[in-house]
Amino acid sequence: MNILVCAKQVPNTKNVTTDPETGRINREGVESILNPDDANALEAALQIKDKDPENVKVTVISMGPDQAKDMLIECLAMGADDAILLSDRKFGGSDTWATSNAIAAGMAKFNKERGGFDLILGGRQAIDGDTAQVGPQIAEKLGVPQVTYAQKIDIDGKKITVDRQLEDGYETIEINMPCMITCVKELNTPRYMNVGRIYDAYEQPERIVTWGFDDVDIAEDETGLKPSPTNVFTSFAPAPKGAGRKLEGTDQEMVTELMKELQEKHYI
Amino acid sequence: MLFEKKHEMIRKLAKEFAENEIEPVAIDADETGEYPKELWDAVARYGFTGITIPKEYGGMGGDYKSLVIAMEEFASKDVSAGSFLMSNSLSGAPYLYYGNEEQKQKYLTPLAQGKTIASFGLTEPGAGCDAGSVSTTAVEDGDYYILNGRKTFITMAPKCDYAVIFAKTDMKAGTRGITAFIVESKWEGFSTGKPESKMGIHASVTSDIILENVRVPKENILGKVGKGFNIAMSILDAGRVTVAAQSLGAAKGALDCAISYSKERIQFGRPIANFQNTQFAIADMGAKVEAARQLVYSAADKLDNHQPVTTEAAIAKYYASEVANEVAYKSLQIHGGYGYMKEYAIERIYRDARILPIYEGTSEIQKLVISRGLMAD
Repeated sequence: MNILVCAKQVPNTKNVTTDPETGRINREGVESILNPDDANALEAALQIKDKDPENVKVTVISMGPDQAKDMLIECLAMGADDAILLSDRKFGGSDTWATSNAIAAGMAKFNKERGGFDLILGGRQAIDGDTAQVGPQIAEKLGVPQVTYAQKIDIDGKKITVDRQLEDGYETIEINMPCMITCVKELNTPRYMNVGRIYDAYEQPERIVTWGFDDVDIAEDETGLKPSPTNVFTSFAPAPKGAGRKLEGTDQEMVTELMKELQEKHYI
Repeated sequence: MLFEKKHEMIRKLAKEFAENEIEPVAIDADETGEYPKELWDAVARYGFTGITIPKEYGGMGGDYKSLVIAMEEFASKDVSAGSFLMSNSLSGAPYLYYGNEEQKQKYLTPLAQGKTIASFGLTEPGAGCDAGSVSTTAVEDGDYYILNGRKTFITMAPKCDYAVIFAKTDMKAGTRGITAFIVESKWEGFSTGKPESKMGIHASVTSDIILENVRVPKENILGKVGKGFNIAMSILDAGRVTVAAQSLGAAKGALDCAISYSKERIQFGRPIANFQNTQFAIADMGAKVEAARQLVYSAADKLDNHQPVTTEAAIAKYYASEVANEVAYKSLQIHGGYGYMKEYAIERIYRDARILPIYEGTSEIQKLVISRGLMAD
C-alpha cells in the first residue's frame, strides 16, 4: 500500500508579527516548521504503517524552496519512508491553483514510476495561507474522490470510513481507495521524531528526491506566478481591538448590566 | 562549528519532548519520588535511552554531542530527568567499554532499549571520594565469587535490574585489588535499602545496595580481575561530561525562570526586568551559562573524537555545577518570596542543583583532577 502525504513548510505563526505600515510578515528570525495539520496527516499515515510496516510505504511530497528539505527530514525522522520535493524557480509564486497543478503533476509521475498510490493524506489547511484549497484541488485534478476535514479514519481493506468534522457535529462517509483525505488536528496527536531516525535521515540523503519543472508533466502556463489567477493587491493586519470588559455577578446582574450599557450606547 | 544539522534536529526533538512530556509532570514527580511508567516507556520509544550506544546493541549509534544536547534540554525542565539518560553514560558505559560480546548482548542491549535499568555500585559508606578504599569483598569459590558488603547512595538502586559492583578480590593489593562484577538484583542475597529521603532530585531514586553472600558466576566479571578501579575511573570521564551537561541544563532552566518572571513581576509600577539590578543579574547569569555551555560542548566533542578528556571533563563538571548553583541562587533571589514557594519551578531547581557539585566527583575532587592535569609534566 502506497500512501502519499502532502506537507508544507510554513513560518511558525505563533511567533510571527506583521509590519503595521506595509502589512507584510516580518520573516526575519521566524523559524520554519512542518505545517501542524500536515503533521496530523503524516501521523494518520504512520498509524496505518504501524499496523503493517512491511507492506505500507509512506512518501511525503512537498513543494517549496530547497530549505523545505529540513522539514522533510523531520517527516523522515517521524517515520516516513521517503520524500519528494518539487522545487524549481518556475514553481515560485504559485497560488493554490498553480500549486495544486504542480503537486498533481508530481503525483502523476509517482503513479507512473513508483506504482500507484492508494491513499493521499494532507492537512486541512496551511497556517500561513489558511485557504484549505490545495488538497481538494489536487483530488479534482487527479480525478480521485475526496473527503475533507477528517477527524476519524477507519480502514477496512480498500474501504475507508471517515468521520468528517462539521461545525456542530460530524458526518460519516464511506469512500474507496484510491482517494484523498484532508485531516484536522482532532484526528490524532502527531508523534515526535526518533533519535535513531534523525541519524538515518541525515545519513541517507537519497531518500529525499527533488523534482524540478522539467521532471514532471506540466506546462509553463499551469504553474508559477504569472499563470496564477489569484492576485493579492494589498494585505494588512486588522486594527487591534481595545481591551474588553468582563461583567461579573449573577446571570441576572450581568444581563441587567449588559442591557444598561447597550442602551446607553444606543446599540439597542 | 562543533555541531552538524543532525545535532540541531536532536535539540528540536529533545526540547519538544522536555516541554511537552517532562515539564508537566515535574512537580508531581518531585512529590511522589518517581516518574510515571509511561514516561519511561516514551523516553525509550523515542530512542533517548540508547543515544550513544551502537546500533548492534539496540542503541541509536549517536555521539556524545547528541547526548549532552538531550541532557541540557531535559535537565532544563527537570534536573531529575537526567536519570532517563543514565544508560548512555554511567550505567551503560561499563558494559559498552569493558563487557565481552555475551555481556553486551545480555545486559547492554535491553538497557539501550529502555527495557531494563542498571546501577553503578562504587560508593560505600566509607569510600566516597576515596573510591580506592572499597571494603566490599569478593571471595573466589570454584566457578563463583561470593560478594559481601554495602554500597551507598546508589542512583536508581531500588529499581535496578542489575548493577556493576566494585569489590575487593585482593585485600592487600589496594586499588589493584578491585574487580568489577555484574550482579543481577534478582539473585539471592541482593537487596536494597530504604530509598533515601533527599534534599532534591526526588524523582531520581537513591538507596543502598546490600550484598549478603551473593554468588556471582565468573562469567559476570566485567573486564579483568584487579582492573576494577581503572574501569571505574575511565567511566567517570564520560559520566562527568554528562553531569556537566545536566548542570548546564539546571543553570539554563534557572536563567529561563528568572527572565520570564522578571518580565511578569510588577513592582514600583513597572516590570522588575526594567531595573538595572535585574538586568545586570541576568547578564551575569547569561554569561556564565554560556561559558559552561561551551565547556560542556567542547568536552563532548573531545569524547567523540577519542581525545584525552580527563582534565576538560573535570573543568566542565566543576564549572557547570558551581554555575548551576550560583544561577539558581540568583534566580531565586529575583523571584523574591515567590521563589521560596513550591509552585515556582525555581524552588525545585535550587534544591536539585545542590547535588551537582557533589555527585560523580565533588568539586574538590574535580579541582584535584584539574590541578594534576595542569601540573603534569
